[in-house]
Amino acid sequence: MPTRPEKVYYFGTCLIDLCYPQAGMAGIELLRREGIQVIYPQQQSCCGQPAYNSGFPEEAKKVARQQLKAFPKDYPIIVPSGSCGGMLKHHYPKLFADAPEAAEAQRFSERVFELSEFLVRVLDIKLEDQGQPIKVTWHSSCSALREMRVIEYSKSLVRQLKNVEMIELQRERECCGFGGSFSVKQADLSSAMVADKVTDIEQTGASLLLSGDCGCLMNIGGALEHRQIPIPVKHVAEFILERAHG
Amino acid sequence: MANPVTVDFPRNFTKALNDGQLRRNLRAAMDTLGLRRRNLFSDPEAFEQLRARGDAIRRRALSKLPQLLEQLERKCTENGIQVHWAETPDEANRICLEIMQRHNATRVIKGKSMVSEEMHLNHFLEERGIEALETDLGEYIIQLDHETPSHIIVPAIHKNRDQIARLFHEKIPNTPYTEVVEELNAIARKILREKFFAGEVGVSGVNFAVAETGTLCLVENEGNGRMCTTAPPVHIAVMGLEKVVERLEDVPPLLRLLTGSATGQLITTYFNMISSPRKPDEKDGPKEVHLVLLDNGRTQIWADPELRQTLKCIRCGTCLNHCPVYTRLGGHAYGYVYPGPIGSILTPQLEGLENAGAMATASTFCGACEEVCPVKIPIVDILRRLRIEAYNKVDSPHAVKGHGYKVNAMESLTWKGWALSNATPWVNALNAKLLGLLGPQLPRLPAPDIVKKWTQSRTLPKFASKSLHVLAKEKGLSDE
Repeated sequence: MPTRPEKVYYFGTCLIDLCYPQAGMAGIELLRREGIQVIYPQQQSCCGQPAYNSGFPEEAKKVARQQLKAFPKDYPIIVPSGSCGGMLKHHYPKLFADAPEAAEAQRFSERVFELSEFLVRVLDIKLEDQGQPIKVTWHSSCSALREMRVIEYSKSLVRQLKNVEMIELQRERECCGFGGSFSVKQADLSSAMVADKVTDIEQTGASLLLSGDCGCLMNIGGALEHRQIPIPVKHVAEFILERAHG
Repeated sequence: MANPVTVDFPRNFTKALNDGQLRRNLRAAMDTLGLRRRNLFSDPEAFEQLRARGDAIRRRALSKLPQLLEQLERKCTENGIQVHWAETPDEANRICLEIMQRHNATRVIKGKSMVSEEMHLNHFLEERGIEALETDLGEYIIQLDHETPSHIIVPAIHKNRDQIARLFHEKIPNTPYTEVVEELNAIARKILREKFFAGEVGVSGVNFAVAETGTLCLVENEGNGRMCTTAPPVHIAVMGLEKVVERLEDVPPLLRLLTGSATGQLITTYFNMISSPRKPDEKDGPKEVHLVLLDNGRTQIWADPELRQTLKCIRCGTCLNHCPVYTRLGGHAYGYVYPGPIGSILTPQLEGLENAGAMATASTFCGACEEVCPVKIPIVDILRRLRIEAYNKVDSPHAVKGHGYKVNAMESLTWKGWALSNATPWVNALNAKLLGLLGPQLPRLPAPDIVKKWTQSRTLPKFASKSLHVLAKEKGLSDE
């Protein structure tokens, strides 16, 4: 873990960029309120994971190279997503293993941190809950859980909020069935998986679902809405910012 | 067993997903197995150490596979075990048949063996007038129902007690209907007892073959494996050639990992170590022991350092038990002998991507399989590799059979366009802007296939009118 830096880079992720920019901004705000200068390179785009996992590594590399270019300096790179964070941190070195950028990709990967881990471990952020009592539940994305291993940090942020009761899912460690191209190529399987996740969420009696990954939120939130179940979903950064700073 | 060419994954998957009883049976069974495993490996640190050992033992064995196989053959031969090499399942079947015919055998009793399933041995023998009876209780149950195993370890896991009760009542003459487990066990036991003594040849698998001593290790709970390997005058053991380990001391840690991962057992009821046929001064045991070593593409897998890791597998089946996809489909939906995560990496390598490549798409890459794998097989990385080779012709002697079978202009073009957009900031910005503007209009446009599939169970996400790029700029964030 780095010591508290003056400046950090922020990698917004393509999904947040296009569909959930407010979740992205919340992460930026949380960092800025801790006195950190956040740099948002306009040259950034997607981490490359969609192509990488679908069987198109050359296309993934092309896009990944653009990210190496967009984040040239030595600052930590903060990512509000376990999935894209996992790609940048754990897969770039593999993707470029035999390429001229191998060393660069390795250094890049070492600078990558998932947002909640960075807030907790480096900034030791303290949250004061300003909100009304609420029951929430938490979905662990597979990559945050198994690749980035940051779930405890995300949950510890929510636990700092004294009026928030967090009810855990029965099958918290089970995938929601998103899996990028899986959700389209294996649509029936994906639907069956998210249906079970939705049932699990309903059974908690929570009025809000939180997660640190917008891919899962898009999948689960879409399924909740499709079934007209009035439980909204929210990225954890957006939630804690609202609670702590109004 | 389905013919490889005709496996219809979408149809199989839909059928399995619509079978509520199957899904309930699987869920209940997997929850129990998962819980037992967690209880046994309750100390994460100790478990990690054991896994590291298991991984190291399997790596070491594979690193010297050719030498160890030679040593195994030498030691077995010294011990009086006759060793046979088979390159293809057909060759392995013929070796077995030839031994059986030499002994005029018409009734064969079998202990559980996935390699014999891979060979489709039962079917092969049946066509040649030899009855092969499965004696593992689960295998016996599914054989009664003319099915194949749906799990590597627990072959009848897809059936519940009521279904088994009905099956026994219908298929076994003069059997009253009973759902009492003890009574069901007693029914099977009575029938199998008689068969054990009528069997002229016993067939078994091998869990570990020890090169140092020429010992064949067999893990089981029911005693049927011991019966199959000792009661008939001839014992044939079949194994994939990756099952070899170097030393006897390699076995205990692997055994602990195997039983703990598979069923959450510290040890099994039986652990057989077969080192020779009956010796002159011994009263029982087979007079002949044969070992058939099957390659079936394994040397090709072995030749590639990444794919080689597939062969570390000790067939504990725990990746199946923890896989959200397997848990919802069961093994039959995959259409091949090895289902679930390990099957999804092994089968396309054995059968070719053009036949079984679709198995590699039946994963969200959630990583639950890797997390529990006792010998640390990088299942997700290998799945990704298979997806890549499916779409790309590979100029390497280690390429997976059937590589490039999915090459198609449309998909390639789509990803090329995607890459161009995401590697060119002004195109990316323009796209974001267009999507933001078009967003509210999109539902009115004719929906492409990809959207239809998404919306069968989910509403579509909405594109933001201002992207994060734009918001960050408006907020005055530095872009150095």
